[in-house]
Amino acid sequence: MSADPHAAHGHDEIEMPHASMRDYVIGFLLSAILTAIPFWLVMTMPLSAGTTGAVIMGFAVVQIVVHMIFFLHMTPKAEGGWSLTSLVFTVIVVGIMLAGSLWVMHHLNTNMMPMPHEPTSQTASQVL
Amino acid sequence: MSAKTMTANAITADEPVAFYDLDEHAHPEGHSTMLGFWIYLMSDCLIFAILFACYAVLGGSYAAGPAPKDLFDLKLIALNTTMLLFSSITYGFAVLQMQQGKVKGVQLWLGVTGLFGLAFLGIELYEFHHLIEIGAGPQRSAFLSSFFTLVGTHGLHVTFGIIWLVTLMVQLSKHGLIAANKRRVMCLSMFWHFLDVVWIGVFTFVYLMGVLR
Repeated sequence: MSADPHAAHGHDEIEMPHASMRDYVIGFLLSAILTAIPFWLVMTMPLSAGTTGAVIMGFAVVQIVVHMIFFLHMTPKAEGGWSLTSLVFTVIVVGIMLAGSLWVMHHLNTNMMPMPHEPTSQTASQVL
Repeated sequence: MSAKTMTANAITADEPVAFYDLDEHAHPEGHSTMLGFWIYLMSDCLIFAILFACYAVLGGSYAAGPAPKDLFDLKLIALNTTMLLFSSITYGFAVLQMQQGKVKGVQLWLGVTGLFGLAFLGIELYEFHHLIEIGAGPQRSAFLSSFFTLVGTHGLHVTFGIIWLVTLMVQLSKHGLIAANKRRVMCLSMFWHFLDVVWIGVFTFVYLMGVLR
C-alpha cells in the first residue's frame, strides 16, 4: 500500500495514514506512564488534594495529545489539513461549552437563596 | 472536456478560458470516507462534551446520598483503564498487519482487541451492577444520574465498537483485504482510539477527581 501523501492529488489512490510499530510502542509506553502516575498520585496521596488535581489534569491533557499523535496519526497535513482544522474547531466549541456551562451554573448556584432541604426547582424559580 | 480544462495550458482563441471545473472529474470510491468519519467523531466529541459539562455541574449534588469517595474503587478502574489501553495497542498491531497485507494477522489482532474490549465492558457492567445493588443507582441523586449517563454512553460506544469489530472480522473473512475493508479497518481504528481518548477524560475527571473531591 502506497502511503505517499502526495498520491491524493492524483486522485487514483486513497490516502491512508501510515502507521509504524515504533509509533504504537512509543504511544503505548507514554500512555502507560501517563496513566500510572495519576492513579499512583491519587491512591497514595503524596501531595495535597489541590496540587494532585492540577497535576492529574495536566497529565490527562498530555495523554490526549499523545493518543492523537501516536494512535490517531494526527499531523497538520492529514487530509490536506482538514482533520486538524475540524479538530481545532471542535476544541474551541467544547471549550466554550464547558467553560460557559460551568460559569453560568456556578453563578446560578451562588445566587440561590440558602434554603436547605427545599426542592431545587422551587428555589430556582424564585431566583429567576 | 474535463481533462482539457484541468490542463488549460494551451489556451486558444476559440476556446473560452475556464477558471473552474464544470464537469465532475473522477474520484476513487471512498476517497472522502476517512475525513467524513473524522468529522463524525468530532460531532461525537460534542456529545461527550455536553455529558462532561452535565457531570461537572451536577457532580457535586449528592442529595444526601453517597459521594464518589464512598463508591469508586480505584483499583477496579485502574484495571479497566489497562484493558482499554491494551486494546488500543492490539488494534495498532492489527493495522500494522493490514499494511503488510496479512489478513490472518489482522483477524487475530482484531480478535484480541475485541476480547480486551469485552473485558473492559464486563468490568464496567460489574461496577454498575454493584452500584445499583447497594442503592446507588442513577435515580439516587443528580451526581449518580449524570455519572451513569456519561460513563454509560461511553460504554455503549464501546459496545457498538465491538459489534462493528465482529462485523468487520466477518467481512474480512469473506472478502479479504480489499480496498473497502482496509478503509473500514482504518475507520474503526479511529473510532476505537477515539473512545480511548474519551476514557482518559472519564478516568481523570470522573474517577480520580471524584475521589479527590
